[in-house]
Amino acid sequence: MKSKLNLDPKVIDSARSCAARIAESMQTFIDRHTTVSTERTILRLLGVDGVDDVDTPLPNVVVDAIKDGGGLPKGVAYWMGNTMIQTGLEPQAIAEKMASGELDIMKLPMASSEEAEAKILPIVEAALEKIKAQTAKRENYLATIGEGKKPYLYVIVATGNIYEDVIQAQAAARQGADIIAVIRTTAQSLLDYVPYGPTTEGFGGTYATQENFRLMRKALDEVGEEVGRYIRLCNYSSGLCMPEIAAMGAIERLDVMLNDALYGILFRDINMQRTLVDQYFSRVIIGYCGIIFNSGEDNYLTTDDAYEAAHTVLASQFINEQFAVLANIKEEQMGLGHAFEMDPDIENGFLYELSQAIMAREIFPKAPLKYMPPTKYMTGNIFKGHIQDALFNLIAVWSGQSLQLLGMLTEAIHTPHLHDRMLSIENAKYIFNNARALGEEVEYKQDGIIQKRAQFVLTEAEKLLHEIEKEGLFSTIEKGKFGGVKRPKDGGKGLAGVCVKDGHYFNPFIPLMLGGAK
Amino acid sequence: MSGAGNKNVTTATTTVDLTKIKPYGDTLNDGMMQLSFTLPVPYGEESNEAAKILGKKMGLDEPAVVFSKDLGIGYTYFVLYGKCQHTVDYTSIKVTKVEVDVMDRLECERYIEENIKRNVVIVGACSGTDAHTVGIDAIMNMKGFHGHFGLERYHGIEAINMGSQVPNETLIAKAIEVNADAILVSQIVTQKDVHVANLTNLVELLEAEGIRDKIVLVCGGPRISHELAQELGYDAGFGAHSYAEDVASFVLTEVVKRKLV
Repeated sequence: MKSKLNLDPKVIDSARSCAARIAESMQTFIDRHTTVSTERTILRLLGVDGVDDVDTPLPNVVVDAIKDGGGLPKGVAYWMGNTMIQTGLEPQAIAEKMASGELDIMKLPMASSEEAEAKILPIVEAALEKIKAQTAKRENYLATIGEGKKPYLYVIVATGNIYEDVIQAQAAARQGADIIAVIRTTAQSLLDYVPYGPTTEGFGGTYATQENFRLMRKALDEVGEEVGRYIRLCNYSSGLCMPEIAAMGAIERLDVMLNDALYGILFRDINMQRTLVDQYFSRVIIGYCGIIFNSGEDNYLTTDDAYEAAHTVLASQFINEQFAVLANIKEEQMGLGHAFEMDPDIENGFLYELSQAIMAREIFPKAPLKYMPPTKYMTGNIFKGHIQDALFNLIAVWSGQSLQLLGMLTEAIHTPHLHDRMLSIENAKYIFNNARALGEEVEYKQDGIIQKRAQFVLTEAEKLLHEIEKEGLFSTIEKGKFGGVKRPKDGGKGLAGVCVKDGHYFNPFIPLMLGGAK
Repeated sequence: MSGAGNKNVTTATTTVDLTKIKPYGDTLNDGMMQLSFTLPVPYGEESNEAAKILGKKMGLDEPAVVFSKDLGIGYTYFVLYGKCQHTVDYTSIKVTKVEVDVMDRLECERYIEENIKRNVVIVGACSGTDAHTVGIDAIMNMKGFHGHFGLERYHGIEAINMGSQVPNETLIAKAIEVNADAILVSQIVTQKDVHVANLTNLVELLEAEGIRDKIVLVCGGPRISHELAQELGYDAGFGAHSYAEDVASFVLTEVVKRKLV
């Protein structure tokens, strides 16, 4: 298709291949390492769940014991396989006996890696069957009850209480929402464990727990059948437990997950080595089970300027795309992020926004782009805020965005009230319906403001990517090129959970998931 | 504006009784207010009546539901107008504000040169569980916000922005390490008063360390008022629409006033 923005395909190709080389160079580092959260994810997939008598999740109990015993470089899959051989127990029973102090798996006789891997394989395959069944259920829903039109209306609930969230989510679905995201409680990204069970207390959001996922999934399936539209569920595969939450999402049939190769480093000060290793397994899982990931480039524009830093968003989208390619994620699952965050006082700001939104659409034609609403320049003037959201909605339908996180007129005041969500859905439905085919009808003036803006941003992004390739990604982040945030390679949280694999290490899920087992 | 228009303005203001003000819609003292809210009852005649009764109980005469809508779970949303019966004595109001003459960036820099004669060290963070750095970034980062440069840009100020989710203990340790003159704490998330607990905790820790008196302590955020800040033991609190120069002017003046030079 011809570019309406007259973008040079050679520049796009150059930027993309540059990002591919950056991602590949990181992959060498990633492949040499594992992390405590990656290992806990393996346990969760093997069916280890529950907590001990002081509420420590069993995956943590097992991994900590192996780490303390110096066994982490071999990987938990080996230790579990070996313990199954030596004791005849299943992974959950092993974890329970470890928690009660009845079993020290580090003191058992040791079988070979091959024997351990063979022993664990049936359990791995059973876990994959379970995930496949969930994916099939989603596909069946989409084929029978169908889904809303794109851009999908995407709203958040954030009461802190999963049962209250369920009520709000069902109300939103009845009002027209297509995707419900349950915002997490504010400190969860920095917890090095996933809390357990249903939760009713949180700050600015609700804990991501497997039981909470299950409760919300059930509620959305019910309301989806009632309204005749599959309602997608979104949560966060990010923070110190990035891959564990991806596994929980795969098991409980989440449809969309926030997941970014760089976000945790920049905005949560999580160590970059930890995040890069963690994001890989999380993305392999996401790719395998058909979840759409959402990357977090929109956040750059909350700390940096949306006009001046637009090229950093595009550069990061290219990098996120290429990390996703390495994890075997289809383009149709790449919810690359961007945002409507330009200062409303900029003359022709709407034109620049439009240009950048169409640019993202043209460069990533099949990706279900995630478009984020204005937040930075929302003031508490709810009436003006509603108009800002309307302009955002107009650009979304015009430029063909896919996942529209609806802006709330009360942004900057409180987490959305029940009727705030209704007003925002009404706003979006009105504009999407009224301007549905606008994008197909409009072309842009040769070398006009809109064309030139996109060409400029693309050129700058390509330049930045070449700089990053030369400099290395770690060092680029250390210098604060993304979001204006500087992070040292050995700084931040979670570095102690990174470990170099030994020669016999194996993670049985990665090859099977990448190969698309069955 | 025409002369006649100006005259009208003058007339309007002279007839306001400041001891008994009430909302203005299109006529002085009509008391007009607009409300929107949700009631947990199904959409229909009865819910409209419920909304009107509620309006009356709130002191609104002639409450009128101009719009109502079914929210889909047996709840109803309303837009309601009514004439407020209550009045306020404007002449008796006193508000605690940060009392400082705001200097612009260049004036702040000159003030440091003339009155402090050394670098002023300011450490800032979103402390506790708060992950939202938009406020502290607007005040501290070079770029600032809305054309107002941040503290990093000020000659004579060494601004250290520690970012988000910084434990109060870590913030204090840094302040001690760099011999900070001031600590800025930003709190955006206020659900269930989490900010009050965290801000209080910081003051207690500073007192325990015995350095509360040696530091200018400032908090900020969209829901923070100077009054709340003072109640919690802070020297000042800055709400929405505050910029780096507001904070800098206060901190610098305070450093001099308290002889922390």
